[in-house]
Amino acid sequence: MSATILSWSLLIAQILLGVAMAIASFRMIRGPRAQDRILALDALYVNAMLLLLVFGIRTGSTLYFEAALVISLLGFIATLALAKFVMRGEIIE
Amino acid sequence: MTQAADLPVWAALLTSFLVLLGAGFTVVGAIGLLRLKTFYERMHAPTLGATWGTAGILLGSIVFFSVLQSRPVLHEVLIAVFVTVTTPVTLMLLARAALYRDRSEGSTEVPPPVGTDGAAKPGGQV
Amino acid sequence: MTRLLPYPLLTASLLAMWLLLNGLSLGHVLLGSAIAIAASNVTAALAPAKPRIKRWYLLPKLVAIVVADIWRSNIAVAWLIVRPSHSRRVSGFVVVPLELRHPTGLAILACIVTSTPGTAWVEYDSASNRLLLHVLDLVDEAHWIDLIKNRYERLLLEILA
Repeated sequence: MSATILSWSLLIAQILLGVAMAIASFRMIRGPRAQDRILALDALYVNAMLLLLVFGIRTGSTLYFEAALVISLLGFIATLALAKFVMRGEIIE
Repeated sequence: MTQAADLPVWAALLTSFLVLLGAGFTVVGAIGLLRLKTFYERMHAPTLGATWGTAGILLGSIVFFSVLQSRPVLHEVLIAVFVTVTTPVTLMLLARAALYRDRSEGSTEVPPPVGTDGAAKPGGQV
Repeated sequence: MTRLLPYPLLTASLLAMWLLLNGLSLGHVLLGSAIAIAASNVTAALAPAKPRIKRWYLLPKLVAIVVADIWRSNIAVAWLIVRPSHSRRVSGFVVVPLELRHPTGLAILACIVTSTPGTAWVEYDSASNRLLLHVLDLVDEAHWIDLIKNRYERLLLEILA
């Protein structure tokens, strides 16, 4: 009983998060400006982290938690560096 | 899904509810990223996924593993603290970068710097 | 005491993080304490400003208010996004004059404002102590200025006094 409930709800959650990632990728490709792309990349990172956590619940393994932590760290640093670059690139121009 | 069969039904229902709530908020945030018109409006959309989207899924994960292992599993709190601290920082930096770019291009859609006297009147609307 | 533990709060949170990642055992308490004390002493070289927290008992109140507000504005913003026509909605910038000057207080205020969906901290000028805010659903400017000043800033001023 509980296995059925969980497997269905986790499947739905995974599909929803997949849709969210697809939309973020679309916004990243579409732009129109650099800051939109960076914002979409940040959202993509957060969604990927959440998807990993849902995978963790599905498999019952805490291993995915560490991957999620690393992804959220990397996403933060990447977004920060890109935002800084967007600002400084204009100064040099 | 082998271990999940040992889970009591109330825990399965609670986990499902929290995870679906989180995923729902996240997907609404993503739709906002698609539908809202200007960059400054879109900036608000990912906070949905970063606040209750993340909170829902993390709480679901805490409930699931705590009940499954019959002890409090709280390491998800780390991600919660981390996301709470980092998301505002990235969004603020991105907003300032966007504002800087728009101003240097002479866009009329953004207000002048708040430090100057020209901004003594409340900011212009977009 | 102060030489070994220049930032007790930082040391405690580093130890807590170590134990959450590795599990609670005597060995990890010892190892984690050693690492936390060493790391906080390294941070002392950077000399970050020490926040002086006067009224500890008000912190849970602030956290409760912020969690409730984030929940409410999540629902409000989700509704703004999914409702079919958003032609009537106006978004815009608001200038908020602040009284708070404490760097830690401003950092906390910035985190609160930005993590609440619907409001975003865009720019702050320390000379005039004014804040530029972007609001997604700008019906009444005075309402947002009042929200920032009376709901968050006053409490932060009391806590950090």
